[in-house]
Amino acid sequence: MTATQATHPLLELLEGFIRELREAGLPVSLTENLDAMEAVKHIPLEDREAFKYALGATLVKSNTHWRAFETVFEVYFSLRGKEYQLGPEADAELPDEELEGELPPGQQGQGAGGGGDALTPEELAEMLYKALLEGDEAMLRALARQAVKRYAGMEPGRPVGGTYYLYRTLRNLDLDNVLERLMQQAREDSPAPLTPLEERLEHDEYELRIDRLRKEIEAEIRRRLVADRGVEAMAKTLRKPLPEDVDFMHASREEMANLRKAIYPLTRKLAVRLARKRRHGRKGPLDFRNTMRHSLSYGGVPADPKFRYPRPAKPEIFVIADISGSVAAFARFTLHLVYAISNQFSKVRAFVFIDGIDEVTSYFEGVDDIGEAVHRVNTEADVVWVDGHSDYGHALEVFWTKWGREIGPKTTVMILGDARNNYHASQSWVVKEMRHKARHVYWLNPEPKAYWDTGDSIVGEYGIHCDGTFECRNLRQLEKFVDHLV
Amino acid sequence: MSYRFDSVASVREDLRKVDYLADEGIAGVAYLADRLGKPILVEGPAGTGKTQLAKSVAEITGARLIRLQCYEGLDESKALYEWNYKKQLLRIQAERNKDSSWEDLSEDIFSDEFLLTRPLLEAIRAEDPVVLLIDEIDRVEVETEALLLEVLSDYQVSIPELGTLTARQIPLVFLTSNNTRELSEALKRRCLFLHIDYPDMDREKEIVLAKVPDISEALADQVARIVRSIRQLELKKAPSVSETLDWARTLMLLGVQEVTDDVAKDTVNILLKYQSDIAKAVRELSQEGPSFKRTGPRSAN
Repeated sequence: MTATQATHPLLELLEGFIRELREAGLPVSLTENLDAMEAVKHIPLEDREAFKYALGATLVKSNTHWRAFETVFEVYFSLRGKEYQLGPEADAELPDEELEGELPPGQQGQGAGGGGDALTPEELAEMLYKALLEGDEAMLRALARQAVKRYAGMEPGRPVGGTYYLYRTLRNLDLDNVLERLMQQAREDSPAPLTPLEERLEHDEYELRIDRLRKEIEAEIRRRLVADRGVEAMAKTLRKPLPEDVDFMHASREEMANLRKAIYPLTRKLAVRLARKRRHGRKGPLDFRNTMRHSLSYGGVPADPKFRYPRPAKPEIFVIADISGSVAAFARFTLHLVYAISNQFSKVRAFVFIDGIDEVTSYFEGVDDIGEAVHRVNTEADVVWVDGHSDYGHALEVFWTKWGREIGPKTTVMILGDARNNYHASQSWVVKEMRHKARHVYWLNPEPKAYWDTGDSIVGEYGIHCDGTFECRNLRQLEKFVDHLV
Repeated sequence: MSYRFDSVASVREDLRKVDYLADEGIAGVAYLADRLGKPILVEGPAGTGKTQLAKSVAEITGARLIRLQCYEGLDESKALYEWNYKKQLLRIQAERNKDSSWEDLSEDIFSDEFLLTRPLLEAIRAEDPVVLLIDEIDRVEVETEALLLEVLSDYQVSIPELGTLTARQIPLVFLTSNNTRELSEALKRRCLFLHIDYPDMDREKEIVLAKVPDISEALADQVARIVRSIRQLELKKAPSVSETLDWARTLMLLGVQEVTDDVAKDTVNILLKYQSDIAKAVRELSQEGPSFKRTGPRSAN
């Protein structure tokens, strides 16, 4: 009983932590919640890494959610554990002795008495350079703290995001130059000139160390913000959508990179699922011969009826994608996805447009690397007719005259775009004609539904001629649509 | 009840003794699984030692490893138990001449003697300590997953004719998945989740040193560094740990002391299995000067 009494504050903290995880979109069930509470009894909070993994193992059941979990964990538990505490009065300024204590004993003599504040900026930079060169983790951590303290200019209560402080700190450290200097050093140290391979390896090594430093700085800033603003407020500002919920049109650079990583496993999963569905979906008619043959082992009784595998016809896909500025990312992901599962279709043809239109099917033929092909589409296709502003009307018209007659009753046409036509003529009759000839015509719009038909968006005008218009703002919706398509 | 492990550190130590180099996460989750009596769902890219983990844990705990390899079409007669029809039939025929009642007979033929145990039931009924490995769980259909639920959460199997068989001791259970499909919520909820990713450079180097006999420290270091750089490229299939080991062994066979550009180019096909990946790696590794950009997140766009 005393044990539960003692852990009481921890359980309370855990409750808030799990609530925040749910807010962030992670599906945490009641059983998992109880498991976590059980788990923390076995792993001491002081062993922070093990503690994190223990919580992760019970609460996070998908690798894509790990990052979100880590962020929330950092916020909630960043001030726990001895080495991570900011000091006795967490809100106040960081005491100077802190840094001194952090410095490894050998280094303390250096830098004007060893006090962190007494260092000149040059000395700090020099120590940083040395620590990076030697890969000294403890030193890097201490220096990251010092750098944040000195350069970020953090003040309590200032309504600025963490990225601002991060930017300020990094600007002062000028890590790009440091990397250059490290490479220079590596070249001088080696007896023979570096081969490209060695050069590459050295570069990767240093880049990794710098990356670690950057993470350390980020964590430090986060710790200080948490101390200043409190856990809940901080967790709220840091809340980020999970990769499958990231909006295509407003993804940041980092989110884009994550999306690109997420799409590989996604396509693989989708392909496996579709192949399975094809095999298991419906049962065909009775296969008489097969049934008779199997009945022999039951003495002629047809106990185990066999059915023919159904072989539903594979659809032919035409993808017509707008690749102008804001919707380019969306087109890229959709093309990627469609080609990744192209064995589910008898034929896939791709067309891209801005105000002119071009067929890009050949870019994908016999290519192993879909990502590369998609990249080529974006750079090489001839899609500008007049001014490079979206003109759906003209693009569709040209499509109709050039390739319109190749649409047949087996064809499914997918049009991708936000239908923001810059007030050109819509030529929506093309879509109407397409629908007459094709099996299905679908319109996928990466804009939220609330924005449709506002301003120069005329998706409604096209939409009435389509078999369906779909909102496809994130991977989850896109995956759902493709599943439906096959 | 007694636990198998004393602390996270001891799990790590023990695993190291059998040449399995666990990181903090792996050891922590294994320890926790023992304490909470829960199965571990291990997920991650192919060739990162998911199956090996189960084998190694079995080795250090001195337990018998019972393995259920999953495949499409696996059903309860292959996973749980089956009645031995032929033997039952023989029994009925043998009884025909005696005047025993139907009740006696049916009680008789649905007894232990006629039960064929399959891996799951075997693990439950084992007297000695066992580690149960359910390999590539993502290969079975969603419906078949349900077969496992009773075993995983309560460590028991219900057989209509016999009643419920409960585990004599709670086995350590490992489920592995290559993540080719989303597993059901019900299954995930019952397990601890462990994602095993490619090891970091230091760990990989240690693995190479432990697994490849007579390799020099310098060469192992170089191998690990090159593999790390290759993994940072955007590839169809990044090299796995087992491929790293193959490569290191090949280098040893060729008598290579130091990996030069040419050696790397000639042997990279052991690490990578797709022509486009090989071409990309060769291009990247031999590019001149620090001006190259990664094909990663930064350069595209």
